[in-house]
Amino acid sequence: MSATESPKYTVKDFASDQDVRWCPGCGDYSVLAAVKKVLVNLGIAPEQYAFISGIGCSSRFPYYMNTYGMHSIHGRALAVATGFKVAPPDMQTVVITGDGDALSIGGNHTIHALRRNVDFTVLLFNNEIYGLTKGQYSPTSPIGKKTKSSPYGSLDQPLNPLAIALAAEASFVARTVDMHPKHLQETIERAMRHKGSSFVEIYQNCNIFNDGAMAHAQDRKVRADNVVEIKHGEPMVYGKELNKGLMRKGRDVIPVTIGENGVTMDDIVRHDEHAPVGIHAQLARLKYPAFPEPIGVIRAVERPTYNDLVNDQVADAIEARGGRPDLQQLLNGNSTWEVNEQGETIGR
Amino acid sequence: MPLETPVDPSGKPITDVPNATIRFAGDSGDGMQLTGVQFTNSSAIFGNDVSTMPDFPAEIRAPAGTVYGVSGFQLQFSSSDIYTPGDEVDTLVAMNPAALKVNLSDLRPGGIIIANEDGFTPQNLKLAGYEENPLTDGSLDKYRVHPIPMTQASLRAVEELGVIGKDAARCKNFFALGVVCWLYGRPLTPILTFIQNKFAKNETIREANTKVLKAGFYLGETQELFDRSYRVPKAKLPPGTYREIHGNEAIALGLVAASELSNKSLFYGSYPITPASDILHELAKHKAFGVQTFQAEDEIAAICAALGASFGGAIGMTASAGPGIALKSEAMGLAVMMELPLIVVNVQRGGPSTGLPTKVEQADLMQVMYGRNGECPIPVLAPRSAADCFDMAIMATRIALRYMTPVVILSDGFIANSAEPWLIPSVSDMEPIKVEHPQEPNGEDDEFLPYLRDENLSRPWALPGTPKLMHRLGGLEKKDVTGAVNYEPANHQKMVNMRQAKVNKIAEFVPEQTIYNETDEAADVLLIGWGGTYGAIREANRLLIEMGHKVSNIHIRYIHPFPRNLGEILERYRGKHIIVPELNNGQLLRLIRAEYLVNARGLNKVQGKPFMVSEIVEFVDNLLTKEKKNA
Repeated sequence: MSATESPKYTVKDFASDQDVRWCPGCGDYSVLAAVKKVLVNLGIAPEQYAFISGIGCSSRFPYYMNTYGMHSIHGRALAVATGFKVAPPDMQTVVITGDGDALSIGGNHTIHALRRNVDFTVLLFNNEIYGLTKGQYSPTSPIGKKTKSSPYGSLDQPLNPLAIALAAEASFVARTVDMHPKHLQETIERAMRHKGSSFVEIYQNCNIFNDGAMAHAQDRKVRADNVVEIKHGEPMVYGKELNKGLMRKGRDVIPVTIGENGVTMDDIVRHDEHAPVGIHAQLARLKYPAFPEPIGVIRAVERPTYNDLVNDQVADAIEARGGRPDLQQLLNGNSTWEVNEQGETIGR
Repeated sequence: MPLETPVDPSGKPITDVPNATIRFAGDSGDGMQLTGVQFTNSSAIFGNDVSTMPDFPAEIRAPAGTVYGVSGFQLQFSSSDIYTPGDEVDTLVAMNPAALKVNLSDLRPGGIIIANEDGFTPQNLKLAGYEENPLTDGSLDKYRVHPIPMTQASLRAVEELGVIGKDAARCKNFFALGVVCWLYGRPLTPILTFIQNKFAKNETIREANTKVLKAGFYLGETQELFDRSYRVPKAKLPPGTYREIHGNEAIALGLVAASELSNKSLFYGSYPITPASDILHELAKHKAFGVQTFQAEDEIAAICAALGASFGGAIGMTASAGPGIALKSEAMGLAVMMELPLIVVNVQRGGPSTGLPTKVEQADLMQVMYGRNGECPIPVLAPRSAADCFDMAIMATRIALRYMTPVVILSDGFIANSAEPWLIPSVSDMEPIKVEHPQEPNGEDDEFLPYLRDENLSRPWALPGTPKLMHRLGGLEKKDVTGAVNYEPANHQKMVNMRQAKVNKIAEFVPEQTIYNETDEAADVLLIGWGGTYGAIREANRLLIEMGHKVSNIHIRYIHPFPRNLGEILERYRGKHIIVPELNNGQLLRLIRAEYLVNARGLNKVQGKPFMVSEIVEFVDNLLTKEKKNA
């Protein structure tokens, strides 16, 4: 699956015959386009993919892909995908979910699938709103958010998807933005090439019920000052002039301007995807407007995948028995007795 | 009537009895389950038919000596076919006052009490609520009471091995077992073999338990406590190789067999719950058969993962009890909509809510029939006994794969935990389960139509990874044939009807209903049962015939759809008595009445306990006697 080979498949090969029915202007369109381009780059046949989703606007995604797919039930996509990935055949599996689907009704499955490190990619479309049910606040909506179900403002502390993924020991954690197509495509491609659970939070605009909620990260005019595009091994700089950066101060990570107060480029933290969770957790907690928000791959580490471990355990059990055991022997168990033609028990 | 035959090495007379019911009872830490299982094993190997029923508290280790910490194990063994663990207890082994208190009401007048005298301490008496020691105050005069200082006797037996204190006292259950083995002339060999294997790595404990078991046996033989022993002659059983099996074990083995017969791998998603967890424990041992077990984060994940595995082409399976099935119901609906095979086992327990987790009840029938949103038909199979679970697990898989549907196996806590001798089937006699996966598109212009149906109304099971067959499934209503999302009114009506018609068609595939004890014409009474009440109803039917009544019975194993000849049978009993004994408030009763418009009546019990044979016999006898008087 090298990207340097000439593409075996085109974007059209991955498009289903269904009309796309998202609202015009929805951020989901750009994610759909990016995913198809990534699949072209990966060069794997359409029948080798399965897209599994829960319920919500974004969860219609599988219908638009000419691959295997399942539009399951609310919150359960990761659970369905876990069984699907563990049992044969070994398919390229992508989970499509949203902030309500993966963090509210399905929060439990998100934590547990990530800790197990099932080898699939989770694309979490975060628009901070319930769109399909027409505009209630979601687990990622900010405090005070006024919606149909919170006319006086939401009282709930929002969840931080990246912090949860890191706490669950996800082996790949990233964030990207729907209106930043290049970044979006690169991030998804890296996620799909990662072996293990890869968790990607995608800032996605709901132009009907929550338009502009993430404009700070989406709007080309301002985003350079509001997001830090982090890259492994490089200093975490940002700003139109790339003159701002993140510096360590004690346990915290703070934004600084290079050249002010004696700060030089050497003071800026270099990103290490493989570092301990500590620094990654600090990065995940940086929240606009108090801080610039990191986008890109926050964490990428290797650890055994759950599906491999399950299948290895089965293979080891078979090997330990010198091949598949005899079913009759299993049914007989350890302790049997005989009854003869006369109906008499004749002992073991 | 018992027959005296005075031959025992001790010179004590031996009395032949056709059957015997024994209950071992003690603290939940006293090893009563192990004792009961070993006695059962010995009886089965001796050649009796055996039926067992463990009864344990929901608490794992309730405070010692209390009534709510009492754990019991009852078994009946017999010289003829038996179907139940027995109504009244002939011999009660009570390791402490609480065990006596909880179980005494089930002991028949004149029955034997073997009590561990050392357990009847002032503190234990107080904990059980006794003001006086019942072993000495005369309150047990209508029974034959044998107080034995089992703890002291165990301590003495192992003294020379250097085993002392708690370790020695813990052997006392083997002492009790030894005494009862003598009383009923059971061979010690199978139990000694068990001890050899169980404690293979610990010579001291092995020797201690062996000595204590033998000490108990010799006590019966040599001391003056008992004036006689009993013998239950060997039963005549069909020839073949036998083993003991529990219901949960049989379900697990049945699914492994179904996996082998269909050449499909088995994926079992599960979350621990009483009384279904033993299915997970059993399947987790059989990875060498390619079985994948997944202990999920919750009940919903368990079924969803199983369904995901089915989408991939495995046999997806999950099991739970009523509370867990409630959580799984949305995913069961998804399986109906996507028309994927899935095995869902409900090992029923007492409800509602957490209810009586370790007790038996049949009150989830309506739950598995109708407990889902929308018109959501799922086949329901109900094994009638522990051994039957094996056959029904295979049948459930046959149906699931042939009709592309989820299937419910409705077991219960009694079937799950009771053991019975099982005539082990020969694998070479089992019919393979045929599964076909399409390799080529089935429509015009190379189009794949995932909802194009075959003669069984079943849709194709295309395996992910197959070129040209890419398709999307989901919970939204499907267009007929193409499977595309569709909201048209007429299409929805058609698909709703289609899903029901497909399930109804299964009646053509499953066997006809058999009827027991019907002679040339319909009897006066038809008993209709399902599930774990099989033994009690069969035995009641036999006794009622002995009493001169005309009674027949059917035991329904296929509840949805009903067997194709059930209507015909019921028609013969129109105007007669149709009685439906159930451990609920009338669930099969309602289905039967609604489906066939017959005047069936219920005999209902919801006490967390199985039917006693006598309860059914008395009900029918009273009914017919009253009728005769009125005539």
